[in-house]
Amino acid sequence: MKGRIALLFGSVSVALVAFALTSARVIAADKVDPAADAKAFQNFFFQKFPEVKHEDFVNGPYSMNADMKRQWQEKEEFPPYEFALEAGKEMFATPFRNGKTYADCFPNGGIGIRQNYPYFDQKEGKVVTLELALNRCREANGEAPYSYVKDEMASLTAYMAFTSRGKPMDIEIPDDPRALAAFESGKRYFYTRRGQMNFSCASCHVESPGERIRAEILAPALGILNAMPIYRSEWSGMGTISRRFVTCNSQTRAVPLEPQADEYRDVEYFLSYVANGLPIAGPGARP
Amino acid sequence: MPVLFLLAAMANGLAASPVLAQSAAADGQKLAFDRGKGNCLTCHVIKGGDLPGTIGPELKDIQAKYPDRNELVAILFDETRRNPQTMMPPFGRNRILTEQEISAIVDFLQTL
Ligand code: HEC
Ligand code: HEC
Repeated sequence: MKGRIALLFGSVSVALVAFALTSARVIAADKVDPAADAKAFQNFFFQKFPEVKHEDFVNGPYSMNADMKRQWQEKEEFPPYEFALEAGKEMFATPFRNGKTYADCFPNGGIGIRQNYPYFDQKEGKVVTLELALNRCREANGEAPYSYVKDEMASLTAYMAFTSRGKPMDIEIPDDPRALAAFESGKRYFYTRRGQMNFSCASCHVESPGERIRAEILAPALGILNAMPIYRSEWSGMGTISRRFVTCNSQTRAVPLEPQADEYRDVEYFLSYVANGLPIAGPGARP
Repeated sequence: MPVLFLLAAMANGLAASPVLAQSAAADGQKLAFDRGKGNCLTCHVIKGGDLPGTIGPELKDIQAKYPDRNELVAILFDETRRNPQTMMPPFGRNRILTEQEISAIVDFLQTL
């Protein structure tokens, strides 16, 4: 527990506290260097959990606990997301009323491309996530958008992730100051404490992965989006990335943002970029 | 005057009486375990509590470690003052718990 170490020296030396602060933040904040950030981020987890195979980090809480991993592997024989996956496959193949399909909106007909989302759209000057691109596709074809958090959206993203399983996350940051700013903003959101409980995303997913918070084992931030969307027993159903962000904020009594708010798009950009090289594993199942 | 004095003396005596301390400690335990209040079990193993988390240290032998109750009040009020990096929420500063609630929980901690 890093906190304990800081505690021992805390009252004695301000310098030591400052050191604990910077070392725990994983990343130096002075200039925007996403490649260096990603390397430092990955190394932090590789060193903290030397026994975890690198590609295993994408399995969230299961990468942290052998007993849980065994139970999960048994469950994978009859995966609880099977139903959503089937539904997503069918929805993906079914034409809109204008005769077009989702395939017409995406590179490579939407197959095997999950690892490239989110991307920075230089025309719009913003991050575009897969969930956002799916609803834009619907609206461009005269269909109403879906709820971002579950059901149809989870089914569609489940299918698109499934066709991309095993492909290494491959997010680009174009040489564009707005893209760097989006990455920075995502990083800032991730490390900023908020809400009555005063937690940042990093409090739970960088400082405490593998620890139990009540009965739940905290997932490491590295590769934390690679298995999305996920089935959770607690939800008795599927949830998207949007759903997870909103849930983490509201469970810690912080005010959640609207799904696909700019800052959520940016934090998704940050978390996905620093997971570059780790395999897509979605859809996932969680306890 | 003498009457007032007597009342004050009685109040003092009451505050120190083991009966009252005991019930304050029981209230404190309820507050500590309540998910909408202290919810301390989220992070700490505490005797008598179910499904504890592992983020903080087990809370035991508290009297020996913190003989001065003011230290405990300070930890509950805002642990970030001792350790800026801590996960522990600033219960007093962020008004998750009132002063009286913190005091009751400290009574409970002193029984551990
Ligand atoms: C106080 C704790 C806490 C905070 C703060 C927190 N989370 Fe979580 N998070 C959890 C818990 C508990 C889970 C469910 C168990 C798990 O998978 O980690 C979870 C799960 C997740 C997952 C799914 C991981 C998986 O493999 O299933 C993602 C993604 C995530 N959180 C992102 C975030 C982001 C982004 C933030 C900040 C906006 C955040 N979390 C803040 C506790 C927290
Ligand atoms: C989200 C996590 C979290 C919650 C909730 C939490 N704590 Fe803590 N607590 C910690 C951590 C971590 C430490 C270790 C010291 C540090 O980080 O500064 C700690 C330390 C302590 C200590 C000092 C223990 C020692 O051995 O020195 C006491 C006492 C304490 N907590 C009491 C409480 C009480 C009472 C509650 C509920 C009202 C509570 N905590 C809720 C995380 C938490």
